[in-house]
Amino acid sequence: MDVNEIRRQFPVLDQQVYGKPLVYLDNAATTQKPLCVIERERDYYLHENCNIHRGVHYLSQMATEAYENARRTVARFVNAKEAYEIVFTRGTTESLNLLATSFGHLLASNLSLRGAEHSGATWQSTRRPKVLVTAMEHHSNLVPWQQMVQLYGGELLVAPMDDNGVLDLQAYENLLKQGPQIVAMAHVSNTLATINPVKEMIKLAHQYGAITVVDGAQSMAHLPIDVQDLDCDFFVFSGHKMYAPMGIGGLYGKTEWLEKMPPYQFGGEMVDTVSFEKTTFNKLPFKFEAGTPNVGAALGLETAIKFIESFDRKAVAEHEEALVAATIAGLSKIEGMRFIGQAPERSGLVSFIIDGIHPYDLGTIIDKMGVAVRTGHHCAEPVMTRFGIPGTVRASFAVYNTLEEVDILVNAVNRAANMLR
Amino acid sequence: MFDDWMDRYAMLIEMGKECPIIDEQYRNDQYLINGCQSRVWLHAELKDGKVYFTADSDAVITKGIINLLIKVFSGQTPEDILSADLSFLDEIGLKEHLSPTRSNGLVSMVKQMMLYAEAFKSIQ
Repeated sequence: MDVNEIRRQFPVLDQQVYGKPLVYLDNAATTQKPLCVIERERDYYLHENCNIHRGVHYLSQMATEAYENARRTVARFVNAKEAYEIVFTRGTTESLNLLATSFGHLLASNLSLRGAEHSGATWQSTRRPKVLVTAMEHHSNLVPWQQMVQLYGGELLVAPMDDNGVLDLQAYENLLKQGPQIVAMAHVSNTLATINPVKEMIKLAHQYGAITVVDGAQSMAHLPIDVQDLDCDFFVFSGHKMYAPMGIGGLYGKTEWLEKMPPYQFGGEMVDTVSFEKTTFNKLPFKFEAGTPNVGAALGLETAIKFIESFDRKAVAEHEEALVAATIAGLSKIEGMRFIGQAPERSGLVSFIIDGIHPYDLGTIIDKMGVAVRTGHHCAEPVMTRFGIPGTVRASFAVYNTLEEVDILVNAVNRAANMLR
Repeated sequence: MFDDWMDRYAMLIEMGKECPIIDEQYRNDQYLINGCQSRVWLHAELKDGKVYFTADSDAVITKGIINLLIKVFSGQTPEDILSADLSFLDEIGLKEHLSPTRSNGLVSMVKQMMLYAEAFKSIQ
């Protein structure tokens, strides 16, 4: 794996900020895009652009075929059974809002849903929705559920974690006994780097008859995803966190649930027949894809998947692990250093804070040395509250980061800390 | 260029240490201006027709900028504060801290200073 060769595919990395080379370590917020992805989206607009699905003419058919091919690629990447189990959305946040809204309607309309085939458990809705989340969720996998249960007079349950950011599985199981209909869990925490044992959590949730939703925003680019092996009911992700353009993401859902769920948004594309009195809806997945989609970005996503697959994924994982290890080794020499999130199973980011130094100050100063990290609560305010801190400084890695960049980060943090003490 | 930025921030950090600190009795939610990253507390009083500010923040750079603003605005009349021009911050390269997208409490703090001036102007 030649990192310099990889970097050449990312022209954006080759720039100076404040007279210093850019060291981009904010990949958990968004990743940069390789030339092949940029060119794919550009080519679409240069030669192929057309509205899809309903046209009889050549361009429309070509664009439709390309878009549906992209869907098949995503399905293959996550090992979904059928391509129509992949709904394209704008991203993780939209996917989660879709689920929360749609299930809210379902639960509130008091439909009985028996005979769900997973693990033989039957699942009946009641008027009062209960959703179980973990204590480490990003706001996008917390607020939609919270708002939904509040709207319908239900309850939000929160599975706690320990001081290392490891989920308390015993407490998790105890909360399952309270009968939540839905369990929503982060695959990888965007603040703590914790990789949750989602396969085991899903198995437990199914034993208690709950539907499972996995937030894969931070895992899609870094861990191999097999939705059939996980047996999750839903898996959501964002393109822009996996070297694909912004404005595209996905929702994988088991057919049995997607069939039962009411649509999220209405209008063009998602209908079958329409009159002023009545409308019938399109079949899967189009039922959930109202309006003209971001075809160009979907093609970019397909190319990003091929880009990820062009590497030995194990080698990339080892590379990212080495960057994390070097970061922790370098930073731990700094007086007052405190790492937030020290789970044994962890992914490619490091959150830290230095005693007596506000993360905002640290991040601002190292920015002037060309180092781009993120500071604050990272859209996970409850996590910061739990650890009693105003926020953290977070360095997050991607395939194109180097050990030299880790050295620059560590030196910058050292300098900044000395200035601020 | 590099040293320029470091010098600038070293100066700001020093200014932060010299900031006229808000009285302990005012360091509470009533005088708190919440930014999503750093917090700011601001108090103002009118004495002999002039406004005097004290403040604090949990972030040192924010405190430095607050002190800069206090040096400019404290001891001025409400009318002078209301008609002040903040473009000097642009000129010394600190505009980024006051952009509306910034998640520190500074933008709200400047607004609050103006509100104090407005209130004091009307009671005179």
